[in-house]
Amino acid sequence: MNSSSGSISAQEVQASAIADLIAGARNVAVGMLSPVPGAGALLAAHLSGGRMRVTILGSREHNRFTNGGAELFDLAGRGGIDAFFLSGGQIDGQANINLVGTGDYPQTEVRWSGSFGSAYLYYLVPRVLLFRWEHSRRTLVPQVDFISAPGTSPPGVHRPGGPVALITNLCLFAFDRGRGRFSLRSVHPGHTLEEVRDQTGFDFDSPPEVPATPLPDGARLQALRGPVATQMAGIYPAFAEAVFGVRAA
Amino acid sequence: MSTVPIVGVDELAARVPHGASLTVQKGDERDVPLALAHALIRRGVRGLHLITLPTAAYPASGMMVDLLIGAGCVDSVETSGISLHELGAAPRFSQAVKAGRLRVLDATCPAVYAALQAGAKGQPFAPLRGLIGSDLLRHRSDYRIIDNPFAAGDAIVVVPAINADVAIFHAAKADAGGNVWIGRDRDRLLAAHAAGCVLVTVDELVPGCFFDDEAWAAGVIPASYITGLAVVPGGGMPLTSEGQLDLDAVRSYRHAALDDGRFAAYLEREVFVPERLSA
Repeated sequence: MNSSSGSISAQEVQASAIADLIAGARNVAVGMLSPVPGAGALLAAHLSGGRMRVTILGSREHNRFTNGGAELFDLAGRGGIDAFFLSGGQIDGQANINLVGTGDYPQTEVRWSGSFGSAYLYYLVPRVLLFRWEHSRRTLVPQVDFISAPGTSPPGVHRPGGPVALITNLCLFAFDRGRGRFSLRSVHPGHTLEEVRDQTGFDFDSPPEVPATPLPDGARLQALRGPVATQMAGIYPAFAEAVFGVRAA
Repeated sequence: MSTVPIVGVDELAARVPHGASLTVQKGDERDVPLALAHALIRRGVRGLHLITLPTAAYPASGMMVDLLIGAGCVDSVETSGISLHELGAAPRFSQAVKAGRLRVLDATCPAVYAALQAGAKGQPFAPLRGLIGSDLLRHRSDYRIIDNPFAAGDAIVVVPAINADVAIFHAAKADAGGNVWIGRDRDRLLAAHAAGCVLVTVDELVPGCFFDDEAWAAGVIPASYITGLAVVPGGGMPLTSEGQLDLDAVRSYRHAALDDGRFAAYLEREVFVPERLSA
């Protein structure tokens, strides 16, 4: 794909917004099944001029750990990971996430993959970004069927970390940990506040004027479609092919 | 000469008892012993308790675990995630859960690592942050909350050690003495340290001794931890020896696994042909 032409894709807008949300972080980790956050993190690292280190699970190139899979968690336990990404089959208005399934556990009607590192990293990483690319009333619910990891914890529970934002295919919410509520920060180009209200199953705050999520500028697009796309192809080949039209070397 | 028995893959599979607890690796490295899993299915092993370290959610590991579940080898699984990665849910796993045929002990990745580390040390349990307020904890009667004995008012979860009966994995090579080279992947080393029996498939057996060179020695599981070895070139498929994923192989598996008839045909075609992966 030509790096200077072509319309801007939804994933490029999302990756660019993610890059803004993690700007300034020194150590960013990207977990499994997170191609858009991966692209956003690689873009942020590109823009940071070498100040940000990105670790991507499943990548050889973007993984400088030498003590196995435990090292990420050990490091996070000591406060060494500044930002991480989590998703959920269901996410509710209190930022509880469900990665296990719908219906009555354990014999869930729909069974998802499982909770991964969420029940630990959500507590310990200061800046956790939630993402969900199907913004609907079945995904953004009043109350999750299973709490893989809670959005907030009562006093007395060791919890230096937690959610700061939720990005979807429609919009970006900020999360207020003190109040345990989301507030709408911006709506992605091509979508409306009405659409967000219509598709969201939980209550949220919204300012009188809701801005549009900024489009990535030329420099960002060039980075996304160039070095970021090439790096992504080695980690998420199907995603890189679909979004950037590049194939793994 | 090696003191580790070097046998065929079906003989290796014969060392896994019915009802054994069995650890499998997470599949980001070329650590998934698909040929051995096929041999376990051919042998008709039943009642396994699978423990994924800590997930089976990369294409290779997800496919192997889904295959073992679909083939009826598995009664229960302890996991922090099972999927076919980019290709979506693991079909046989999801179906078995919905049908109530598979008991799942849902975990979170660092809890599995902490439990395995405790197992490797011969300790009864390990403490871990997080988890408090999660439904995972509510459904794990074997996880407990204790008071930090060193600081008042600090609740912390403890998880029991994992010492599996058997660990199975693939590695690129073993040397003449049966030492297994894994590079910088500490997960297989940890699995070997914590299990009672360690069964490994390798692509090749190389002459010499890895311990003669410090650069190699840093990435070795000593032969003393290895119970049995089988040389199976291509045994780590669908990851090629260059570490590339054969995505089409996983797509083809997924297509088969979405349907009972196609899955049965897949087993006949891909699994009950012993020479297929070792050709």
